[in-house]
Amino acid sequence: MQLTINGESRDVDVDPDTPLLWVIREELGLTGTKYGCGIAQCGACTVLVDGYPTRSCQTPAESVTGAEIKTIETVEETETGRRVVEAWVANQVPQCGYCQSGQVLAATALLTETPNPTDEDIEYAMVNLCRCGTYNKIRAAVRDASEA
Amino acid sequence: MTFMQKLLKQAPVNVSRRGFLSGTGALVLSTTLPVRPSKAQEAEAAAGPAVPAFLEIHEDGTAKLLSPFIEGGQGIYTTFAQVVGEELDLAPENFSVEIAPAGPPYDVMGGFRITGGSMSTRTSYELMRQLGASARAMFLEAAAQDWGVDASELTTEPGMVVHEASGRRAGYGELAAVAMDLPVPSEVTLRDPSEFRWIKTPVPRLDVRDKSTGQAKYSIDVEVDGMLLAAVQHAPRLGLTPASVSNLSEIEAMRGVHSVHLLNGAVAVVAGKFWQARRAVEAAEVEWTEGEAQWPMPADFSTDVFRDTLAGKEGEIVEVEAKGDAASALESADTVIEAIYDAPFVVHGQLEPPSATARFNDDGTLEVWTSCQAPEMFQGTAAQVAGLNPSQVSIHSQMLGGFFGRHFLYATSNPFPQAIALAKAVGQPVKLIWTREEDFLRDAPRPLGLARFRGAIGPDGPTALSVEVVGEGPTGRWYDAPVGSDPSATEGISGKSYAIANSHVGQIFHPNPAVIGYWRAVGHSMHDFMYEGFLDEIAGAAGQDPFEMRRALLTDNQRLSTLLEAVGELSGGWQPGPFEAEDGSQRARGIAMASPFGSEAAAIAEVSLDGGEVAVHQVWVAIDPGQIVNPAIVEAQVQSAVALGVSQTLVEELTYEDGEPTARNFDLYPILRPDQMPEVHVRIIESGAPMGGVGEPGLPAVGPAIVNAVATLTGERIRSLPLSKHEFGGA
Repeated sequence: MQLTINGESRDVDVDPDTPLLWVIREELGLTGTKYGCGIAQCGACTVLVDGYPTRSCQTPAESVTGAEIKTIETVEETETGRRVVEAWVANQVPQCGYCQSGQVLAATALLTETPNPTDEDIEYAMVNLCRCGTYNKIRAAVRDASEA
Repeated sequence: MTFMQKLLKQAPVNVSRRGFLSGTGALVLSTTLPVRPSKAQEAEAAAGPAVPAFLEIHEDGTAKLLSPFIEGGQGIYTTFAQVVGEELDLAPENFSVEIAPAGPPYDVMGGFRITGGSMSTRTSYELMRQLGASARAMFLEAAAQDWGVDASELTTEPGMVVHEASGRRAGYGELAAVAMDLPVPSEVTLRDPSEFRWIKTPVPRLDVRDKSTGQAKYSIDVEVDGMLLAAVQHAPRLGLTPASVSNLSEIEAMRGVHSVHLLNGAVAVVAGKFWQARRAVEAAEVEWTEGEAQWPMPADFSTDVFRDTLAGKEGEIVEVEAKGDAASALESADTVIEAIYDAPFVVHGQLEPPSATARFNDDGTLEVWTSCQAPEMFQGTAAQVAGLNPSQVSIHSQMLGGFFGRHFLYATSNPFPQAIALAKAVGQPVKLIWTREEDFLRDAPRPLGLARFRGAIGPDGPTALSVEVVGEGPTGRWYDAPVGSDPSATEGISGKSYAIANSHVGQIFHPNPAVIGYWRAVGHSMHDFMYEGFLDEIAGAAGQDPFEMRRALLTDNQRLSTLLEAVGELSGGWQPGPFEAEDGSQRARGIAMASPFGSEAAAIAEVSLDGGEVAVHQVWVAIDPGQIVNPAIVEAQVQSAVALGVSQTLVEELTYEDGEPTARNFDLYPILRPDQMPEVHVRIIESGAPMGGVGEPGLPAVGPAIVNAVATLTGERIRSLPLSKHEFGGA
């Protein structure tokens, strides 16, 4: 089947119901997208599907054949993505870092859609788990990266 | 000699001309071995082995530091770059830091080392400073020889040697080729702390950009040429082992499957891709039979029954610590209160599931890439599994996607022995990933703990305290610490600092059937909750304010007195409540203190009830690690410790029924969500005491501060965690 990942059309030979996560990691070798729980609880596997933050561990590859899929590897190709990464660095958000690909993409999706989010917008959008507890810094970084 | 003393006896040696870096023009510093080398090591040395190094300074002026301790979010790589850079006079951003391999000279704890116990910085601070200072002295000497001047006329600026009289300057990179032939000075002067430029400042972390852009690599991302992928299905109860797979031919015919293997306690599928292996192994219909396990789970084991067993356990009380005569004081007291406290099994829940990659090389050696807090111990076990000598095994520890104690050596809890067995069986490199479900099933949880308290109440507070801690600690299990001398079994109830005239702490041993492990803050993670909760009960019985009573009990303890005042001030002044907050909710605050891992801490938590559940709004922490290196990293570690402390207090509990854990993932075992995270406020106090730990000490006081606040708010005293299993009415 054909998938459009990071702007490139890629042919992959997988069972149609293979989770997008494992296509990205194993077929395409993009390891920035992480496996955390496999049941769409933690959000470490978040990618953008047509701009929406999507848990790739529970997304069958065949369901996104026509979509634009973006992974963390190209997050800095958009102005908003760049701003989010810079805010993450400035706020020194990551600790172990394992969940942060998903966090950065969730923030990028939020700020692309809503450049000036309210506290409620942030709370609604930033739901990925972080076992190191970087939640206060994530919130501060999202505020820094917003336009206001 | 303690291992701390051994560490301080180490001195840097110049190994530039020895080993693998000969001729590269790099200055390479190692250290003398901390312990007398074994015969085998001496023989090896005579044969001229590649001598690894701690520190290399390259011709381009950058430095590479090999860290004995693994980075897993605690910021140890940045901390070491700061410490070495300070003495070397090289800005921390010029360092790259990598993990050192297993074995000497990196086994800096006397033949081994672990990343744990909040030990990394405090055990290596002096060694790292000496390494940096020695290298700086050698650059000075190299320039002196080159320029024909006395080294005393020279000084350094970051990354270069300067001769002020002549205006000559040379970068460290240019001098490395000369410096590498110089002897290491026998004594170096360390920089006076008043002149520190980087130590004690919030130097940015070296790994943050990579971790914000998906570039950081972990064990699960390891790729070696020609590897196959593997997945396992463990026996649902530890102790069972596969007798057969009834649909074996079906499994073998599934797409991508290379082979199916019956291991001790698990079935494995090796395939071209992990998803193929996982899908196949989960389709396997396995007949399980009783096998041979060192710690088989009883088929009727349940946490509820186990808790009741500990509560009623009679037996020898092995004294841990005693002061005065608690028994007599309790007997003659007018008012005595009693309570039983318990805390559940909890999983580590590090976000990176365990994995290991194993490869046998043509020369018979074995390489293992995995998440690892104890490389020498992993090396020994890997050698046993593979039937090799430890010297034939290389352990490549990978950046940890969280650890909290998950990646020590715990028998059935580590995936690398299975990866080795599978690589051997298929004759190809194998990467094995445990799914989250397999991680929950075979994690080494913090043991369920229980303690029985009796307190004699006087008009001003406690006149006597007696505590029996019932159960088993991980240090007894894994390192043979005797009952009564196993800190992990009692710390947080033992080691408290309050001036109670008569006190007695004893341990009653009761074996824990689970494969128990270390969890962040270990025994402190639950025992301080128990002790500080009971202390508030004493305050209530004595009609005392809990903050004021602690102040009185700590009069003679300067560090904790300072912290108590500091945390009170940080929170805007002690106010237990209940009071009405701006949003109209009723709130209360609780206070607690702890003395973990060589540091001291105090916490205040503010709570309310939201739909019958406890919400934690704010946590204030004052922490005194004695001396620190990076205040931003210390603050981040306290934030992290608070998050885990709140998480375990509110929602975490691993229960067992019929010998099996009832949760296998984050759906039935919740961990703290972003909307449950309080605002955390941290004040760091450097008392100048010997350097204590940082990674764990922020955790223990958090739970009891929350529970004490809940008692003030609701009148209900919670003695069993987590709070989510209790119903709170109203408010």
